[in-house]
Amino acid sequence: MPEIILEVKNLEFSFRTYGGVVKAVRDISFDVRKGELLGIVGESGCGKSVSVQCILRLNPEPPGFFEGGEILYKGKDIVKMSNRELRKIRGVEIGFIFQDPMTSLNPTMRVGKQIEEIFVGRKEVSRAEAKQKALEILELVGINEPERRYRQYPHELSGGMKQRVMIAIALVGQPGIIIADEPTTSLDVTIEAQILDILKELQEKFMTSIILITHDLGVVAKMCDRVLVMYGGKIVEEGPVNAIFYETAHPYTSGLIQSIATLDTSRDEELVPIEGTPPDLFSPPVGCPFAARCEYAMEICGMMMPDRTQVTPEHYSACWLLHEYAPDVELPAVVRTTEAEEITPSPEQVETEERV
Amino acid sequence: MGKYVVKRVGISLLTVLVLVTVVFILVRLMPGDPFSDPKMTPTVKENLNAYYGLDKPLLQQYTTFLGNLMRGDFGYSMKYQNQTVNNLLRQSFPYSLDLGIRALVLSLSLGLVFGIVSARNRGNKIDLFFVVVAVIGTSVPDFIVGAILQYFFAVKWGLFPIAQYKGLAHTILPSIALGFYTMTSVSRIMRASMLEVVQQDYIKTARSKGISNFRITWKHQIRNAIMPVVTVLGPTVASVLTGTFVIESIFAIPGMGKYYVESVQNLDYSMILGQTVFYGIFLVFANMVVDIAYGFVDPRIRIAK
Ligand SMILES: Nc1ncnc2c1ncn2[C@@H]1O[C@H](COP(=O)(O)OP(=O)(O)OP(=O)(O)O)[C@@H](O)[C@H]1O
Ligand code: SF4
Ligand SMILES: [Mg+2]
Repeated sequence: MPEIILEVKNLEFSFRTYGGVVKAVRDISFDVRKGELLGIVGESGCGKSVSVQCILRLNPEPPGFFEGGEILYKGKDIVKMSNRELRKIRGVEIGFIFQDPMTSLNPTMRVGKQIEEIFVGRKEVSRAEAKQKALEILELVGINEPERRYRQYPHELSGGMKQRVMIAIALVGQPGIIIADEPTTSLDVTIEAQILDILKELQEKFMTSIILITHDLGVVAKMCDRVLVMYGGKIVEEGPVNAIFYETAHPYTSGLIQSIATLDTSRDEELVPIEGTPPDLFSPPVGCPFAARCEYAMEICGMMMPDRTQVTPEHYSACWLLHEYAPDVELPAVVRTTEAEEITPSPEQVETEERV
Repeated sequence: MGKYVVKRVGISLLTVLVLVTVVFILVRLMPGDPFSDPKMTPTVKENLNAYYGLDKPLLQQYTTFLGNLMRGDFGYSMKYQNQTVNNLLRQSFPYSLDLGIRALVLSLSLGLVFGIVSARNRGNKIDLFFVVVAVIGTSVPDFIVGAILQYFFAVKWGLFPIAQYKGLAHTILPSIALGFYTMTSVSRIMRASMLEVVQQDYIKTARSKGISNFRITWKHQIRNAIMPVVTVLGPTVASVLTGTFVIESIFAIPGMGKYYVESVQNLDYSMILGQTVFYGIFLVFANMVVDIAYGFVDPRIRIAK
């Protein structure tokens, strides 16, 4: 197994709001390995962005605060780091690509300056070198006439161009880890493909680890090595991409997969195919967060949170169905040999008790 | 940008022409005339009318005035013997301008600083203090602020001279009185703007780069938050500069205010016209400079226009 470079343990992060405390991330653990492309999927509001922003401490604190857990990076806990220590990591060791390129660039600063700003205050890189690096990186992310673009302001660039600039900002410091939070949601299909290609290339060329948040399971299937499936502030399933698609071990993941089979227009669509709504994070359910929507829900599901259970060595799922006393259920997954449309669930095998 | 500047200058010139015309007509619509002293004999009156060209048809007077205006000549005062309007302006305008600039510099710089400080202390006692100051500043008229300042700082504590305009110490109270309203409104705008900008996505981007908090605040937050203040700068300059007249009279400053009131009472046509047009041109010009400067500050406007 490749070297683990980042380890998130029992992370809990909440926001204090006027309406009460929003428990956005509730006890999640995962690790990031060198050179891997780790996907995170899940419905809107399930805590994907908040989780990954914890890694660079980008959530506003306050109102956000850590309720517990640690994020280990190079032997140090990011949760306990001072601003000074964080600054040494941000941009140069861990880079971040934001979702909306339209609003994520400073409108009053030239594009080039926004890229080379990463090096301001870092003695190792001179001004001239910083500029050189900015120009090189612009070229690398596929922007023609880098000299001209360098001097332009964000409003002079198209959306796809702006996202390339965002990627350039994340890349220029040559970080070992890049976090890309839905980097292509606001772009059209061809540009999306180009942007994803750039990311994939980077990962292969520099052994960069990439955490990719997306709504698009097609992208996950094409790009990712491993996948985390999040729901209601928790990680409900985790495993190699093949295991997630072909040996699905969580009803929620199964629902997501079925949704692309039925909707077929996964792009830009939010994943809300499963009936019902995600749990209220102000007072999250004590049991399985998915219980209210799960067609396999049993009595225990509403009472206790299922443990993270190993399915195969690398594959974990948090679901009571994996308990030894639970009935045998075959979750619909992607069947390797048949078309997606032919997949049918087999509910007759499930002894679903009263929904909670 | 060049086109934008040309357009802006054109609009300013047109504004001045309209201003001159309207003021010219309004002055003549006022009841009475400059030489209504009962002791004056009809012959003297006729002579005076002829001397100032008031016997000519109105249209001709208007064109003559415009012609002189082109050469920067406002003619003779009708009340101050042997004094040209230009001469009187030369004596009085520097005081008004000096007071106006001091008040502007003071109110803008303090307003921005207070806005930034209260945004950074959002919700705590410092912020609350500035809220109270702002409520006072926006609701109490400047002549009352002036009187209060005189009472405490001059009469009671003797820290500053109560009136006149002779040295740095004399300038402080009137500048504060004149700039107080602007200072509080600028600080409110800046505070709101700072709090809005801090929520913007690009601030998060800036934080993800590992640059210093100082740089984030300065280059990303303040640089963008200042835009709304720059937009209201034009009207602000105008309101401060016209406010000088009132403050001048409270602090006995020999600026344009004194002459202005007197010449209206005396129906001194050339003085009223001269002062109004001169001040009007000055304001229009100041506004134009602000607008063009705004184009340079905001790159989005610079390109678009
Ligand atoms: N600054 C904040 N203050 C209060 N609550 C917040 C804040 N940021 C996020 N949240 C809450 O945290 C929860 C998780 O949000 P998050 O942005 O992580 O969702 P997400 O999975 O990234 O969704 P999306 O797919 O829409 O981006 C949401 O309920 C959201 O309302
Ligand atoms: S079966 Fe129970 S534990 Fe598993 S997902 Fe459904 S509700 Fe949750
Ligand atoms: Mg998100």
